[in-house]
Amino acid sequence: MENENVVVVGEDVGRGGIFQQYKGLQQEFGAARVIDTPISEATILGAGVGMALAGLKPVVEMRVIDFALCAMDEIVNQAAKARFMFGGQGRVPLVARMPIGLWSGSAAQHSQSLEAWFAHVPGLVVVTPATPQDNYSLLRAAIDCGDPVIYMEHKELWGLQAEVSFDELPLGKARVVREGRDVTLVTWSRTVHAALEAAAQAKISVEVIDLRTLWPWDRETVFSSVKKTRRLLVVHEAVQVAGFGAEIAATVAEELKVAVRRLGAPRIPVGYSKPLEDEARVTAQRILAAL
Amino acid sequence: MASAERALQLYRTMARIRAFENAAEEASRGSVAAFGASLAQSNIRGPLHLSTGQEAVAAGVCLNLEKQDYVTSTHRGHGHTLAKGASMEAMMGELFGRASGPNRGKGGSMHLADFSVGMLGANGVVAAGMPIAVGAAHAVKIKNLPWIVACFFGDGAVNRGPFLEALNWAAVHALPVLFVCEDNRWSATTPTHALTAGEGALARAEAIGVPGAKVDGNDVFAVDEGSRDLIAKIRSGGGPRFLHAVTYRFKGHVSVDAAAYRDGAEVSRALENDPLLFAAKAIDPQAAARILNEAYEEVRRAVDAAASAPWPDAREAYGDVQDTGSGQWR
Repeated sequence: MENENVVVVGEDVGRGGIFQQYKGLQQEFGAARVIDTPISEATILGAGVGMALAGLKPVVEMRVIDFALCAMDEIVNQAAKARFMFGGQGRVPLVARMPIGLWSGSAAQHSQSLEAWFAHVPGLVVVTPATPQDNYSLLRAAIDCGDPVIYMEHKELWGLQAEVSFDELPLGKARVVREGRDVTLVTWSRTVHAALEAAAQAKISVEVIDLRTLWPWDRETVFSSVKKTRRLLVVHEAVQVAGFGAEIAATVAEELKVAVRRLGAPRIPVGYSKPLEDEARVTAQRILAAL
Repeated sequence: MASAERALQLYRTMARIRAFENAAEEASRGSVAAFGASLAQSNIRGPLHLSTGQEAVAAGVCLNLEKQDYVTSTHRGHGHTLAKGASMEAMMGELFGRASGPNRGKGGSMHLADFSVGMLGANGVVAAGMPIAVGAAHAVKIKNLPWIVACFFGDGAVNRGPFLEALNWAAVHALPVLFVCEDNRWSATTPTHALTAGEGALARAEAIGVPGAKVDGNDVFAVDEGSRDLIAKIRSGGGPRFLHAVTYRFKGHVSVDAAAYRDGAEVSRALENDPLLFAAKAIDPQAAARILNEAYEEVRRAVDAAASAPWPDAREAYGDVQDTGSGQWR
């Protein structure tokens, strides 16, 4: 926020936001730049577009991705398209933060992982950090990015604690989290942690890649790993059908002619009760079974 | 009443819009736009929403704007764009899909924009310009600039959620926005009054706390005066204002729509009430004839220039999408 063009726009941000991501910012930078808004998702996002076209860099808060669905016109038809439609006049360098994923019985309307919807839309950058360090470095990169960025933090990762450096990180660069020989496991967000747990227990040697950014996704890192292992499993918490894993699996199969496999949630709404919610959870055990 | 010089200025803008719309309509004949019409060649291929008959609203509001002020517009936005100062020749190039357009052929009629004159874009989605206008006004306020935003939308927009959200936001944050409801009385092919409860656009705005005025949108002098008064209040820090200008859409929803669903008597009355004829009564007849003539000359040159302008290179389809992740098309 040392860049005076950066503003925060959203519901309850003055009180720190529902997950306290913005704690203390309004006290430090003032209510004119950390802007409390009405519950008006379409206008929170749409005003972000207008602010960006007029030279600001808004960080737009959507609370949870499920609420961003009230602003889909503004994201898909406005933010993602403006620069192209206007022939390069104007840009929309906004960051839309929309937490994803299962979280403590949040049920069907507060638990979704819809990253594939946004990766499908030309014009958008899609970021899914899995660690505190990446969350710092990638959020910083997202704010520096000149394109509209859909920034998805997983709600179950808010509790992670780690020492964080001011290291910079480019968007679109994956990380090999664990090296292995027999199979490449590509994943992102919370399932990175489940994948590491599974890899530690697996009888075969598993290479785990945290994709970190879904668009653009780091083909080079994935391809070079799969060339070594000749097998691919993509794992994500989002519903498996038409998930982003299908895109990676299809691309790798086309390019490298290797066996691919996907693992995601079944195509069901997330239930409230724990046994129901657990059916939508991609666990280390399920990953082990798919390896 | 406007001064003689101001009346000429208003009339000139209206005449240029009328000439532009008529020429665009002509160039779109045989286009594919709607109702399974033919695939015949025409210079303007895409959906073309004409503002013929509504010229007084664009002319009257925009004469009260400075170059730096912003405008957001609608799918029926040629008039606003011209009145804000965009080049007619470039605009026609855009409608023809040529590289000479301000959007370099990437937007066409529905996404026409000219940032060099503060015109932040027409919009293919009803009411979608309203949150964008509010955001631009919020940026102006944060940057402490002396500009305002004129936000044009139609009578159909008052029934969409962003109407309420945008007005409320602008009022809460006391933003410099003039909301202009350009009420042509038709929501596509249905009369708006049949689908709109309550007392209409201005009453809704006032209920949200955005004061304003209702004017005869076919009387360019009334629009000029009304917007001048409201804009003065906005510029002096009074927060948003609302102008409800009632006019009439001479043509169908899109250029290929003959609007046969309308009552002939209603259309005849509207044509008698032509805002150009009304404005012409207030100025010297010879001057009016000369201005109209010049406008048609200008548009003829614009059509010629557009027809001979180069097409965009096909590679341009990959440009201006995004920087991060560009080059990866699959």
